[in-house]
Amino acid sequence: MKSDIKLFENGKRLDGRKPDELRNIKIEAGVLHRAEGSCYLEWGGNKVIAAVYGPREAIPRHTQNPLRAIVNAKYNMAAFSVEDRKRPGPDRRSREISKVISEALEKIILVEKFPRASIDVNIEVLDAEAGTRCAGLTAAAVALADAGIPMKDIPVSCAAGKIENQVVLDLGKEEDNYGDADLPVAISPRTGEILLLQMDGHLTQQEFDQALDMAIKGCHTVSEIQKKAIMEKYQSATEVE
Amino acid sequence: MSKEKREIVIPSQLLGEVKNKKAGRGTFVEEGKIYAEILGVLNDSSEYINVVPLKGRYDPIEKDFVIGVVDEAMASSWLVDINAAYPALLHVNEVPWDVDFGETEKYLNHGDCVMAKVLSVDQEKKLQITLKDRNLYKIRGGLMINVEPSKVPRIIGKKGSMISLLKKYTKCRIFVGQNGRIWIDGEEDGIKTVINTIKKIENESLSYGLTNKIEELLKKEAKDVE
Amino acid sequence: MTITPSIKRDFLAKLAENGKRADGRKFDDYRDIEIETNVISKAEGSARVKIGSTQVIAGIKMDIGEPYPDTPEEGVMTTAAELIPLASPDFESGPPREDAIELARVVDRGIRESKVIEVEKLCIEPGEKIWLVFIDIHIIDFDGNLFDAASLAALAALMTSTVPAERFELGDNYPLPLRTPPISCTSVKYNGAIVIDPALDEEEIAEARLTVATDENGDIRAMQKGLNGSFTVDEVKKVIKASIDNGKKLRENLYKSVGK
Repeated sequence: MKSDIKLFENGKRLDGRKPDELRNIKIEAGVLHRAEGSCYLEWGGNKVIAAVYGPREAIPRHTQNPLRAIVNAKYNMAAFSVEDRKRPGPDRRSREISKVISEALEKIILVEKFPRASIDVNIEVLDAEAGTRCAGLTAAAVALADAGIPMKDIPVSCAAGKIENQVVLDLGKEEDNYGDADLPVAISPRTGEILLLQMDGHLTQQEFDQALDMAIKGCHTVSEIQKKAIMEKYQSATEVE
Repeated sequence: MSKEKREIVIPSQLLGEVKNKKAGRGTFVEEGKIYAEILGVLNDSSEYINVVPLKGRYDPIEKDFVIGVVDEAMASSWLVDINAAYPALLHVNEVPWDVDFGETEKYLNHGDCVMAKVLSVDQEKKLQITLKDRNLYKIRGGLMINVEPSKVPRIIGKKGSMISLLKKYTKCRIFVGQNGRIWIDGEEDGIKTVINTIKKIENESLSYGLTNKIEELLKKEAKDVE
Repeated sequence: MTITPSIKRDFLAKLAENGKRADGRKFDDYRDIEIETNVISKAEGSARVKIGSTQVIAGIKMDIGEPYPDTPEEGVMTTAAELIPLASPDFESGPPREDAIELARVVDRGIRESKVIEVEKLCIEPGEKIWLVFIDIHIIDFDGNLFDAASLAALAALMTSTVPAERFELGDNYPLPLRTPPISCTSVKYNGAIVIDPALDEEEIAEARLTVATDENGDIRAMQKGLNGSFTVDEVKKVIKASIDNGKKLRENLYKSVGK
């Protein structure tokens, strides 16, 4: 979509960020009473809440896998989370995002420990501002750790993109609408393995390498924030007498 | 008395190497290195490195005493919720009564609570419990509360020291299931004290000297009542 | 899914015989209530309400649409409620169950029938264009008494809503025109005891439930009885009195949080 909006002014982006700067992120673990694990996350203007139930016996029975747990991640946007009210209920976009997030999490959760079970992850976007799937997966990962689900790592997600021929980190709202490419990525920070990768727009091979590198670096920065949030919640549980 | 902090670890945290230590519960090994797989407390004192989970459902072990809540009565068995990832099966052969086929509802129904023992856990995590033991029975009266299964050892205490204190000062009957369910019966005030004390133990489970602290609190409360 | 142990039922019943509740409250006491407004930036109005551990978020969205043929100069409001799986191990994803539908309709009636929204002031072009007001209620943590939490959240959101005229180039934004809202209070009955603001375990064993919405004059504006038990006429009158008394307190709390 072309427009008169200039996304860059004097080397700074619309919201004043540098090309490789992340928006403000705030993460809080263990925020809900009923859920076994939960996380509230703010990322720029995004507000996301994630909750985990399980492992519990998978129902209906025909969905059970006798060798491992199935991971059901469900991503949903609240009707009031976007400028034009969204009709409640899953649409095709939500179902696709749910699928790629489920697949990313399946790789990292030690699913063989829970045959015939399901691990249910619910991601609710309360306020949306570009990059909701990255925010959602990042929150889901914290909720999973909070629930005591065994994992090989705490996955994390971040996007990079291209605006006015410049590769930038973590697209904001206008950049997402008027930019030239969007590349959300999720990794296992310990090994660097890529768990989620999507791209739309137009990138040369060189731009792609730059964007991927930038997104991965962004992931590592966000990973530190996730880990801090988990430690902060439970650190107070340890006391020195 | 040593004053080290009990260390909290998170999934993917590097804890040690196989050449120095053995990988215990709550850890996994990759390329000779031992990592934490859950959020929990690091236990590095013996030849094993273990991580004790902070949260999570009960992981059933054979011979554990548990408190179950009956979900469904079927023709010759019951399905019982024991706060694990899976429901447990209680077969008519594993109860102290003579139950005829199809008469299960006469003995145990949806919502009934039982003091049971884990009989078997198979490879597919199919669970069976039993009521055939002189300490096991259908529960009547009292109240049941839930705690994190990982806190149970602290609530029981070394050789039962903590739970004995609670029983002594509140004069309540208390039974702690390994699955994080606790049954309490007694006078209303006693029950309240037990519940508040258990909550306190849960919140401060990782601190040192907790048993003495709790004893002081209980003594004080008992004095206030007199 | 979640099973209520029979001994819990017995324990709560025994406490009730002595005029007590499990969490120490009196029969006509509410739990702590927190109301926070303007929590969702994309919404025209929003609020987060906590009653005890129950947590609800309501968002108001507005758009331009066509009026109903029989009310050509009135705006249109709709209310939807989602019991999202986040909030409880017993909520599943999928089309709204009857609980969600009943919840939405009861909250809707409380606002619609009392004409809380001045819909006659939401006309843009008679017969052609009016303002649509969408009230969306999202339950995010379920610990009993969704009716009151949802109702308060919807009202707090409406009372801090702005009509987005600028976005549609229809002049300046202005506050959503409203009348004084009625306040809804919910009670349940178990073992002969009637308690207000049921916590989760009280709801689990409740035989009957009664929600009463009252206005600032103590008049009754809406009622809904739920569950398959019954009330005597006396019990209904007791509930009405408790609802009027608590309604006053809730109203004060609500007004304070929206800055009135």
